[in-house]
Parts: sequence; C-alpha cells; structure tokens
Amino acid sequence: MDPLEIAVGLKERFADDVLHISNFRGQVGVYLKKPHLVEIARLLHDTPEYCLDYLKDLCGVDYMDIKMPRFEVVYHLYSMQHGHMLRLNVQVSEHSPDIDSVVDIWAGANWHERECYDMYGIVFNNHPDLRRILMPEDWEGHPQRKDYPTAGPEEEWRGFKEVERKAEEFKKYQWNRKKT
Amino acid sequence: MEQEKDLKTRELVINMGPQHPSTHGVLRLKLNVDGETVVKCTPYVGYLHRGTEKLAETMTYIQVIPLTDRLDYISSMTNNVGYCLAVERLFDINVPLRAKYIRTLVSELSRMSSHLLWLATHALDIGAMTVFLYAFREREGILDLFETLTGARLTVSYPRIGGVKRDVTQEFIDKTYAFAEDFPQRIQEYETLIDVNRIWLKRTLGVGAISAEDAINWGFSGATLRGCGVNYDVRKRFPYDAYDLVEFDVPVGKNGDVYDRYLCRVEELRQSTRIVKQCIEALPRGPIMAPDAPKFTLPAKDKVLGDMESLIHHFMLITKGPMTAPKGEIYVAIEAPKGELGFYIVSDGTGKPYRMRIRSPSFVHVSALPRLCEGRLLADVVANIGTIDVVLGECDR
Amino acid sequence: MVDSPVSLVDVEEGIKVIPGADVIIAQLEKLQLDKLINWGRKSSLWPVTFGLACCAIEMMATGASHYDLDRFGIIFRASPRQADCMIVAGTVTKKMAPVVRKVYDQMPEPRYVIAMGSCACTGNVYRTYSVVQGCDTFLPVDVYIPGCPPRPEALMHGIIKLQELISKERMRWTPLK
Repeated sequence: MDPLEIAVGLKERFADDVLHISNFRGQVGVYLKKPHLVEIARLLHDTPEYCLDYLKDLCGVDYMDIKMPRFEVVYHLYSMQHGHMLRLNVQVSEHSPDIDSVVDIWAGANWHERECYDMYGIVFNNHPDLRRILMPEDWEGHPQRKDYPTAGPEEEWRGFKEVERKAEEFKKYQWNRKKT
Repeated sequence: MEQEKDLKTRELVINMGPQHPSTHGVLRLKLNVDGETVVKCTPYVGYLHRGTEKLAETMTYIQVIPLTDRLDYISSMTNNVGYCLAVERLFDINVPLRAKYIRTLVSELSRMSSHLLWLATHALDIGAMTVFLYAFREREGILDLFETLTGARLTVSYPRIGGVKRDVTQEFIDKTYAFAEDFPQRIQEYETLIDVNRIWLKRTLGVGAISAEDAINWGFSGATLRGCGVNYDVRKRFPYDAYDLVEFDVPVGKNGDVYDRYLCRVEELRQSTRIVKQCIEALPRGPIMAPDAPKFTLPAKDKVLGDMESLIHHFMLITKGPMTAPKGEIYVAIEAPKGELGFYIVSDGTGKPYRMRIRSPSFVHVSALPRLCEGRLLADVVANIGTIDVVLGECDR
Repeated sequence: MVDSPVSLVDVEEGIKVIPGADVIIAQLEKLQLDKLINWGRKSSLWPVTFGLACCAIEMMATGASHYDLDRFGIIFRASPRQADCMIVAGTVTKKMAPVVRKVYDQMPEPRYVIAMGSCACTGNVYRTYSVVQGCDTFLPVDVYIPGCPPRPEALMHGIIKLQELISKERMRWTPLK
C-alpha cells in the first residue's frame, strides 16, 4: 500500500488530530497532535492493510524558537509484510511535556522512550519503567535540549566531583615513586 | 530429599559489568538469580555515552563523518556509508557507479571483519579459545587491506558525501581478490572447530530462543532477526549503493536461538566474500565523486591546488558546510553488520544538521536482553550477550 | 654463586637466568636490589582487561595472534586484584569514571596506568557534557599513547616506555615515604 494513501486515510479518520502530511524525497510523514496517538498507533499496527508492525525508530526533536509547540516525538514505522514505511511526527508542547507510551503496541519502544525522556525530558505516560537510561540517575537537566550547553553546564555532576575528591584523597596512599 | 526441603534459599543479586570480560565493552547487568536460574535481568547502558548526537548538531555535514566512525567501531566503514547515504538522499545527490561499487566492496569487507570479531569474542566467551586466535588472523588481513586503501585500520573515514575519498589502487584490488579467494577455506577452518563441537552445541542450541513475532515486536534487525526466520535485509528491501547490481543470498534461520544466529552470520561471511568478488569483477571506470553536485561535494584535491574557485569552494564547504541545504527530514537505514543502522537527519537549511538521530541496532538488541535471559540459566547470559552482537559505542552513542 | 654454566643467559647487568628453569641468579655484589625487583616487575606486567571503547579493539588485536603481547610477559587478567597495570583504552565518560577509579583502587601496589588513545589522554573531539576531558583528571597516568585509535605498534611502544620507566624506579617497595 502506498504510504501516502495510509496518511490520507488517517487524515480522513482523525481530521482533528492530523495537522498536515509531508512528502519529502519519497518519505511520507504525518504530523499529529498527541491526544489520540495510542488509538492511531493501534490502528496502524492492527489493521491488516497497514500492518505497521515494526517500529524502526522513536526519537525526540527539539524545535526551540523554530516551531510551536517546541518538541516533536518522531516514530518511524515499517511493515514487514507489505514493505511500506510511514513517519509520525507527534507534537508535544513545552508546558506539558508528556505523551502516551506505545510500549504496549511495540515492545521495542521501551528503551527509545526512556532515552527520549532522558534527553528531552518528555514524560511517557503509562511507561512501565521510566528512568534515565544514558545519563546517571542523579544527572540534572536534559542534555539534547537546544538550550543545554554542548560542553555541559558550569556545575559539574556530583558523581564526578566525588571521584575527583577521592583521587585527591587517595594520593597519600600511593607508594613512593622516586626515580634514579 | 527431606533435607533439601529444609534448605533455605534466597534470591541473590549479581552485578555483572561494566568491567567484565564478556560484556563486550561497558555493559552492566544486574541479575537476580535463584540458584542458577536468572529471575530478573536489568541491563544498564550509558557508560559510553559520548553525546555524538548533540555534538553532530554543532558540526558541519562533512565534519560529522569522523564521528560516525566511532559509533560501531568494529565496522566503521558501514557507519560512514550509512551517514553519507542519508545526507546524499537529503541533498539529492547521485553517486557515480564506481563509487557505489567501491562502497559496496568496503562495506562487505567491513562486515567480514565485524563478523570475525563477533565470532572470535563469542566463541571465547563460550569457551572456544582457538577460534579467537584464528579469526583475528584473518581480521588482521582485512585491516591491512583497509590500511592500504585509507591509511587507517579502524577509524577509516573513507566515504565522503557524494562518493569516496580516494580511488582504489591496483595493489588493493589484487590483495583483496587474493584474500577473497582464500577466505572460504578459512571459514571452513572455523566451522571444523565449532560447528559440531559438542560443547558448542550444548551451549548454543535452544538458548536465547525468540519467536519471529516477538523479534519483530521488539524491533530486532540484522542477523539477530534473520535467525528467527524473518527474511528482512535492508540490502534487499531498500537497495542502496550497488547491492541491487550484485547477487547474494540472505541466510535465514529457523529456531531463533544462538546456534541459528551463528549459522546465519557464518553464512553471511560467505555471501560477503561473494559480493566482494563480484564488485571487483564488475568495477566500472569513471569518477569517484558526484560531478553534478558541486555545492555539496568536495572538489578534487588537484583542482583545489590549481583553481581559485575550487579552493574557495572547498574552504567554505569545510568551514561553513553546504550553504544551500534543502529543508526537510530524512530517515535512511543500511544493513550494518549488527543490524539496521538508521540515520534520521533534520535539516533546517543551514550547513549543520539540525538534529541527527542514530538508530542503533545494538541499543534495541540490548533492550531485549531481559526477554532472552529471564527464566534461563546464568551461564546462558554470556551466550545471549554474544549472540546479539552488541557494541556499546553504538548502543550508547 | 655457581661459576658460569653454559646455559646461563644474561638478562640485565648482574642478573642471569637459566632458560626453562625458574632460576634467577643475581650477583648481589654487582647489583642493587632495586634492579632485581624492577626487572621482575617490568618483565611481567599484568594488565587488567578493561576495554572501554574503540581502543579496546586495538588492545585485543595487540593481544591476539598477530602482534602477541605474551612475548613481553604481558598476560591480561580479568580481575583487578591480580593485575598491576591498567590500560585505559577508550573514552572515559563521567558515568564510567567512578567505575574506572574503583577498578584502579582495587589493584594492588605497585600499579601503573597507561592512557591509550586520544580520548583517554585528552577527551579527543568529544568536548561534550558526558565525557571526561582526559583520564588524568582522576588517575595518575604514567604513559600517554596518542592516536585514534593507536596502532598496535604504538601500544607496544607505550608498554616499552612503561618498562623503561619501571626500570628506573628506586626504593619502590614500601608505602613509607
């Protein structure tokens, strides 16, 4: 099935949710509002003609100062059976950065959603285990937001400060290293 | 028997990694075990999170290529190719046929080196030390070939946006062909060692089995998915470079256990040899950089040295990036040795990618480790880590 | 002291061994104790297998059949408690730093650190929020090996440099200063 047809079908069915459809270099993207995401995802996964059973990727994008609302969660779906691909761009606002989880539909979404939470601070409702994944548990801030400095904040992470303190303290236990 | 009933047992928590010889890097697992059975397995990743995606946003399109090397450092060539393909699709560049063939050739060599390393470490973990030494012998041969071509052993940065950096020499072609001629006998040597080895069979048959539906639902890809019987290979489904011009088979397993994945990967080694030979035999003449996209591709070095305009153009491309990049978003995936490696690039029209997302197969595979390990024996955990062929550089990015 | 049997081999000034037999003959009148100890230490460096990233692959390649580190007396140990040298091979992230330090603290003295690769030396291109800018911020590094990743030959060179360093040590048998 042509992905554009799927997109148009979605637009007819969820007229309020689908904002617009893009077609860039043969890749079809559907821009969505978030309220009925799980319903739409379930439909795409279960309907035999669509059968988008493979979640290729899930990630967040931060459009600070470019788009309103600020965040987008991007789903890349693929059908093993029919071989068509569809992208969903779901908008998430800065003020209520939360979205429903799709782990029940695609089990593989689990860690992608955790990463998205870790990097952008987008909370996934009904996620079984929403913790930080790449950064340490007590890290402050969400690194891939555009307003987060690439080289890290001024204030060092306390875990690393602890290591530096330890290194300084343990110097006195070192064996002497006189050289001839 | 009476005594056994009275024995008090309790669940034990074992921490495995990040410094552990068989976690293939810095993977950490927290294992709750009841006797020898794993009750709960919790993987922790992020110990090698270098912020590649964030860093890429501050670099021009060309500067990102060396960063992609260090994702899946075992087969950097395929990462480079994947990234370049994504950018080419975004800019709508047509790569000349010769460059396509060269890329296919080096990607397959890279796949071979990656599979060899996988075989070496996987076998070492399960207890077959000799395979490690054998496989590294051939791997050195491939790295030598890369060195002849690119000057580097691991981090090659050889493909460029719109083609490849340097043309292949006759020496490289001869050496590669000789290697490809010899390689099938070497594969046979590995097979002689472990194919029907009783210990190997006991450790792999039926271990880590997963059904095809589950594997798709979890987002598996590459040989890990094909071992379950799903015929999904990006090279066949979305042919890139010269893969639609060469002949090869995609090995598919049946049971989805460690042994089937082993068979798939070893067969892939043979198919890669086939592709390498075909690429050399069919290598066409012609340019190695796209001639019709001067705004996005680097001019040839001799032109830069002699022609003022090319020099300025080269300088601008390197320092500022392509100034007229189209706006849009693109997802391009390739079949990396570990599985489907995807690049999702959002362009806002400037010389730097606005967002670069790397869909790494290892990340997905590690996330399914609990599914593979729970309810099984503790010893199988090592076999499971080996079979999903995880590289933490790519997993954590 | 036995007077020069044919099979004695000079390894260092004042130190002779009988190959194959675990016999070391030291002519103490010619030799400081330092030399004997240093010779022993440098000839049996046991690094802990501690791969972090790309460099670990080159470290493995160096240890494998083609380059063969065994001939330097180097045997990789899986436990830090049996090791006396740590090759920091790869990018050290802030999340990993406490672990690296813990592994180092578990090693018995005397212990040495080789920072292998640009990432371990300085952080390389990764000037990012999560990467430690050189592992010498929290480890006493003895030898730096630049390269991304360093070739196996470079690693061997680094190890030989460390051996030179060890052979120059004096009185390093005691924690007392």
